[in-house]
Amino acid sequence: MFEVSLGHYLTLGAIIFTIGIIGIFLNRKNVIVILMSIELILLAVNINLVSFSIFLQDLSGQIFTLFILTVAAAEAAIGLAIIVVYYRNAGTIRVEEIENLKG
Amino acid sequence: MLAHAIFFYFFSFVAIISAIMVTASKNTVHSVFFLILDFISISCLFIMIGAEFLGMIMLIVYVGAVAVLFLFVVMMLNVAQQKNQWFKSSETSTHIPVGLIVSLIIFFELIIVIGGWKYKPDIIKNFSDSLISNSTNTHTIGSVLYTEYIHLFQISGMILLVAMIGAIVLTFRKREGVKRQNYFSQISREKKQGVELVEVKSNEGIKIDV
Repeated sequence: MFEVSLGHYLTLGAIIFTIGIIGIFLNRKNVIVILMSIELILLAVNINLVSFSIFLQDLSGQIFTLFILTVAAAEAAIGLAIIVVYYRNAGTIRVEEIENLKG
Repeated sequence: MLAHAIFFYFFSFVAIISAIMVTASKNTVHSVFFLILDFISISCLFIMIGAEFLGMIMLIVYVGAVAVLFLFVVMMLNVAQQKNQWFKSSETSTHIPVGLIVSLIIFFELIIVIGGWKYKPDIIKNFSDSLISNSTNTHTIGSVLYTEYIHLFQISGMILLVAMIGAIVLTFRKREGVKRQNYFSQISREKKQGVELVEVKSNEGIKIDV
């Protein structure tokens, strides 16, 4: 109980990952919150990589966390730019009203 | 060890609660603030576990750049008042049970994997002993990042460049009636286009045609 092991960190990562997926599925109002849920999922992956890297005494996990951080920043910038352009064209970013593709 | 456990449970509790509030809060600005709280508590966990450099980088990149970017976009788009409460939606909500089922299945799969996971005891000896050395975390990351992973490092720099140019190109628009400096026409302008010497006769003056 009081010995924090690798399993505790992995469980924390799993919980945050699941919360991110719930956020993507159940949010029907706002695209920005979906982007934030994607950030949560990437954060959970980072937790897993860092905890494995520490508990297995191998540095490559932290290196790859750095690269995931880079890609997450790039993805957030591009996604927010797309959202800004869509809002300018369509006037709304509510998920229910984005139906240009009739999907 | 007890203090370590107490801090772990405190920070992970804050992280989970704020992650729930990111998806569930009514106001988008509050979601961004809870996202910032989530990043801060996770970076505290990283610093606690021994990855100080990554914890600080998480603070700088996520809280300093990404969250501020989210805040700027929320501010520009005027979506703060659009309610996004998914748990009280009045319309026909068939997606809520489906989403809950899918996410619960994924969660239990992850828990099963974590519970049944076991690595061979000699796997640690096969890795490089880069973490056991006496130097600090930042020093070891730097000594590996710029030598073994230099190509990946440069490719991630290219990814950031492409993201920056892509964001600028996407959001750029030409407005009518805005005067811009045209460097080419400015530089290629010659003397006879600007100045004209006129011989003026006395007592007659000159008529300038514009």
